[in-house]
Amino acid sequence: MEIRQLAQYQQQTQSAAPLAVIRILFGLLMIISLLRFWYHGWIEKLYILPQFHFHYFGFSQVSISPNYIYGLFILCGISALGVALGFKYRSAITLFFLSFTYIELLDKTTYLNHYYFVSVFAFLLIWLPANCYYAYDASKDNRVVAQYIPQWNVDILKLFLAIVYIYAGAAKLNYDWMVNAMPLSIWLPSKFDIPFLGSIMDERWVHYLFSWGGALYDLSIVFLLLYRKTRIFGFFLVVVFHLLTRVLFPIGMFPYIMIVSTLLFFGPQFHQRILAIISKITTIKKDHFDNGNTTQMSTFAAISKWVLTITIVLQLIIPLRSHLFTDNVYWTEIGYRFSWRVMLMEKTGYANFKIVNEETGKRFYVQNDDFLTAFQQKQMSTQPDFIIEYAHYLGNHFEAQGHGDVAVYVESYASLNGRPSQVYIDPNVNLRELDNNPFYRPYILPLND
Amino acid sequence: MQHLSKISAVTLLFVMFLVTSCGDEEPMDVLTDNFDRSAMLEFWADDIMIPSITHYVEELGGLANSQEHFANNPSIESLNLLRSQWLTAYNAWQEVSLFDIGKAEEVGLRNYTNIYPTNVDLIESNIATQAYNLMLPSNYAAQGFPAMDYLLFGLRSDDAELVQQLSSQQYAQYLSDIIQNLVMLSEEVLDDWTGGYREIFVANNGSSATSSVDKLVNDFLFYYERFFRAGKVGIPAGIFSGSENGLAVEAPYASIYSKMLFTTALDAIERFYDGIGYGANTTNGPSLYDYIFHIVESNNTAPIHDTIKDQWSVVREQLDVVSTSFKNQVETDNIQMLKLYDELQKVVVIMKVDMMQALNIKIDYVDADGD
Repeated sequence: MEIRQLAQYQQQTQSAAPLAVIRILFGLLMIISLLRFWYHGWIEKLYILPQFHFHYFGFSQVSISPNYIYGLFILCGISALGVALGFKYRSAITLFFLSFTYIELLDKTTYLNHYYFVSVFAFLLIWLPANCYYAYDASKDNRVVAQYIPQWNVDILKLFLAIVYIYAGAAKLNYDWMVNAMPLSIWLPSKFDIPFLGSIMDERWVHYLFSWGGALYDLSIVFLLLYRKTRIFGFFLVVVFHLLTRVLFPIGMFPYIMIVSTLLFFGPQFHQRILAIISKITTIKKDHFDNGNTTQMSTFAAISKWVLTITIVLQLIIPLRSHLFTDNVYWTEIGYRFSWRVMLMEKTGYANFKIVNEETGKRFYVQNDDFLTAFQQKQMSTQPDFIIEYAHYLGNHFEAQGHGDVAVYVESYASLNGRPSQVYIDPNVNLRELDNNPFYRPYILPLND
Repeated sequence: MQHLSKISAVTLLFVMFLVTSCGDEEPMDVLTDNFDRSAMLEFWADDIMIPSITHYVEELGGLANSQEHFANNPSIESLNLLRSQWLTAYNAWQEVSLFDIGKAEEVGLRNYTNIYPTNVDLIESNIATQAYNLMLPSNYAAQGFPAMDYLLFGLRSDDAELVQQLSSQQYAQYLSDIIQNLVMLSEEVLDDWTGGYREIFVANNGSSATSSVDKLVNDFLFYYERFFRAGKVGIPAGIFSGSENGLAVEAPYASIYSKMLFTTALDAIERFYDGIGYGANTTNGPSLYDYIFHIVESNNTAPIHDTIKDQWSVVREQLDVVSTSFKNQVETDNIQMLKLYDELQKVVVIMKVDMMQALNIKIDYVDADGD
């Protein structure tokens, strides 16, 4: 694109309705997600009960007293409500982004791609004028109201969705997924009791159909949604695909978040219809917002453009980082997170830690139950960075207990996508002497195919 | 109009997903694929679990009779009869212990039956004060087979003196109370199986984490790891403490039987895994072995169903080297015991990692989202 064309593109405007709709639905979905999280008792189970939390690299200081954790969730929920209403929007979405992300940073045991999606999506929304239309802010302050926004404000969200889908699709183009239909061959046969499809879930061709179909869907869906002629069909696929994943896998709110996000691809009239429905329910008229104005150029908007551009560039780069450091991201998990590798592996592990006092020769094994919840044990046993962090914790714990200057070894096994289990971490290395380097993990033994 | 139809299409789809998302609590019609889990559950219930528990209840009845006989006719002869019936019942327990599901799990059957090392001081103080409530968790370690092991074998080294002491009112009463407690609890478990739980167990044939297959496989694994591998071998060999402890073996006072109890438990584990029915007229039925075979065959992955079986053969080879008294073994040549542990441990890895992955059963299921 030439400079002139780029400048022209930046001048193009469109209706603010899609951004308003997404703001409202995103806010509401987040409230539902948080309530659901609370309702299932997960706040207690994941953030209060564990005596030890696994930290993200560089965020080892992130923690919260159990007394405040519910307060943090309430703060997050209230700010999500503010987002939905468009009430003090800029503060609300910023607060939502910060509180939600802070919760995620508390313990990487709970890492899910869809939580990361929410964080990034919320971050993008901070910089967009989503409160200029059908929002409390705009209803109270005429200077905020704008019927039109720059087109790139909506396009950038579509671009982010495109990155998510296409990277997820590209990640599926690997040997296990395409040639072995793994891990679906492991997951699907155990779904023998779902309605209609249950009886064919252990058929080989079904595993291949789902694997290839999933990859094709991820790679093509954005294009189907972009073109007017295929849009309805594309959205139909979105709904079917995500509901199928909802039926087959314990996937929580993610399908709904993705279904709602893809509404962005519909034209302004569609969003006007949705707002008309909301307007009927809430009796808040939207005429007030149809003032013919476009959001005005401001310092904030100028900064936004740069922040968002950098964010998108980072989103393009971050998922690719694993290729620099490892040839099997699923085994080493170097650069596995934050790269839209969704449902790509079934990894099971077992890690048995040995505490050795090298001076006295006294040695014993650790009962992981004493330190970790079942969920933490499951995550720890397949992820090298967890194993190292836990080993450091164990070493310090037993040293403090008076066992002397102990070494910590691990006898660990992992099985990836149906391969026989094999030794995972070098059992002869004192893990206390290792740094938890996210990009360099020579202590992982090679995967034998 | 075109937009209206769009809206209605969208609405329809949203209704569809609301309907589907509400469905996860309700049982659905179960269609069977090529492996019949219902048949496996029926076989487990009718040919393994219920017969094992029935037999256990019978042997406890025999134990109660032997105790009564001894109390009424105290002699070395009746003592030996009581001891022998204790051993028979203890062996019968080894065939029940791995099925910690249903009422057994609910009442905590194992806690009242086989917590060891037993607490000798607590037993003596209970007997002395005669004020004890055996249902309290604080008394777990003062009852069951381990307490009887102490009373029948460890209390006195001289049999004649033992007969005298055990037939005294307070000791006889305590022995009778702890046996009656086992009788009561085991009958409660059996009555539950025959009074409706069997149907519930068999009907719960879905794939959820609370389905019978998932639960029993998890319980089985938990038993194998915690009570079989660690309890019978690992803890006495000092795996978790760094120092061996002969008194931590199963039945340390009658320690010549510790290997026999272990072997009975291993037999029960293998029979369950292989799908061999309980009792004299044994039948074969669908099993975990068959289930794993079905999966690995259709997915063309490694034959772990045989790897597990083969490893149990290795365990038995090492078991041949170990003394009939685990206590003796631990105290004289712990290396052999550690080797036995290592072989048992290898099965844990294959089962917890490979088997659970193949069957797609989650260990200690935690309900949380995945992606």
